[in-house]
Amino acid sequence: MKYVPDATADRQFEQDKTVDRDGVDGLLSELDEYAVEQALQLKEKAESPEDVKVIALTVAPEAGVDAVRKALQMGADSGVHVADEAIAGSDAIATSLVLAKAIEKIGDVDLVMCGMASTDGSMSVVPAMLAERLDLPQVTLASVIETQGDQVRVKRDGDVATEVIGATMPLVMSVTDQTGEARYPSFKGIMAAKKKPLETYTLSDLGVDAGDVGLSVAWTEVQDTTARPPRSAGEIVTDEDGSGASALVDFLASKKFI
Amino acid sequence: MTEVLVLIDHADGEVKKPTYELLTLARRLGEPSAVFIGAGSQGAAAAEKVAKYGAEKVYVVDDADIKGYLVAPKAEALQQLVEKSSPAAVLIPSTFEGKEVAGRLAIKIGSGLITDAVDVQADDGGDGTPVTTQSVFAGNYTVTAKVTTGTPIITVKPNSATPEEAAGAGTVEEFAATVSDSAKKAQIVASQPRKASGRPELTEAAIVVAGGRGTGGKFEPVEGLADALGGAVGASRAAVDSGWIPHSFQIGQTGKTVSPQLYVAGGISGAIQHRAGMQTSKTIVAVNKDDEAPIFELVDFGVVGDLHTVFPAAAEKVNERKG
Repeated sequence: MKYVPDATADRQFEQDKTVDRDGVDGLLSELDEYAVEQALQLKEKAESPEDVKVIALTVAPEAGVDAVRKALQMGADSGVHVADEAIAGSDAIATSLVLAKAIEKIGDVDLVMCGMASTDGSMSVVPAMLAERLDLPQVTLASVIETQGDQVRVKRDGDVATEVIGATMPLVMSVTDQTGEARYPSFKGIMAAKKKPLETYTLSDLGVDAGDVGLSVAWTEVQDTTARPPRSAGEIVTDEDGSGASALVDFLASKKFI
Repeated sequence: MTEVLVLIDHADGEVKKPTYELLTLARRLGEPSAVFIGAGSQGAAAAEKVAKYGAEKVYVVDDADIKGYLVAPKAEALQQLVEKSSPAAVLIPSTFEGKEVAGRLAIKIGSGLITDAVDVQADDGGDGTPVTTQSVFAGNYTVTAKVTTGTPIITVKPNSATPEEAAGAGTVEEFAATVSDSAKKAQIVASQPRKASGRPELTEAAIVVAGGRGTGGKFEPVEGLADALGGAVGASRAAVDSGWIPHSFQIGQTGKTVSPQLYVAGGISGAIQHRAGMQTSKTIVAVNKDDEAPIFELVDFGVVGDLHTVFPAAAEKVNERKG
């Protein structure tokens, strides 16, 4: 799961051209809530749910523990927060490295569930990178998920076709917002979350060299960030007795679209 | 001149327009070599097409061993081609699949990755490495960036460049990729191609007419105006969530990203997630009953009115003008 700046707020960049994560409230990426929801549903549908453990994992600065707490409140069994100052400014490549090491440390993971994209960077590549690093099958962009033992089948809307994908666990999955609304934490869930185990890992706990992560070693470099100049106000007319359609068509003709 | 690998976007051998855009951008960086992963029998026809846009070489990777699996084998094939040709860059279409291939490739070859570029230039002051332009935070920022490690891997959004023809040799070179068993662990069990609508494909269309909550479930006015203008039909998440139109029409963060010459929004309020999918459209027009809908902040032209009357009347007038 990713802790992201609230997309409805006015997001900006810092001097070092990383995303300003202080000026804007952070929260659990909305698209990752769907992943938490699906993990919880798989647990609930399992033959013996008590044997299924849902672990919420995030790599985030200190405040990012809120994202883990939210998942615990929704019903996850335990949480892991990887926090280390050296991670700041990491790109997807380094983030996927830290996540992969954390998953290896947790060990014996059958299913790595991810959102389809973050709501800030929106790259949509971390699930694929995780699958590559962990040498696991990747089943991405699931909209309907079915499991039977260690067999997984998902339905998804691919770029050009609707597909059914089959794979055997362990695997990495990403889910879309088509999987169904994520639940809200109940009061009971919020109270219960306070007692759930929440571990914090640092890079040394994971055996990751601090020199392999962070802004200074990112494999990409932002050259420049420019705020878009405010759009010059467009012309807005109010439709009266068909005048709206005429004005619209005149506008389209003036721009040579007709 | 150094090669630049361009992954051909195609459906059953039919080369798609974003491929020509990628080839046009690739020529700024080096000598374009197109990569066709598909039925070997379709490779020659595809090669002829991409040669017209400057592909000097066309690597044809027969997919007999790749078809039926998700992206991992494609990433392996590209890895082997990168090792063979030491390209200046790898350009891949910014579809969901393209981005996943790029993500895996980046880890495999230890290279930096930039996704969703809307422009690529050779750094003229420096060593000619690609400098990309991206539009981020729902279009509120423009970011330029560079890959600093390895072979730059860049995924480019459709409609980011105007395809320019240039004669290339288009020499076909068959390339036998070795696909590991481990890459074949996610199988496509069934696949139902999307029904052809007769309209242009959403992500490639020059004109898109989209409907939202304000359609109330009636998409005929949206389709009528789209057809009059020769455009594609799209929808907001609200319309998709209401079950009025399939998810494949959805524009926005969790749907498709469009960047057409003209975007017409009917009954769409303009939530941030929707903006993320259409804000780079060149000209934006909206029709909405609510004069305070945030979409009006983006428009070049807006009509405060009911799309159910404005769209059909506009479609009729467009058809009249076309004679």
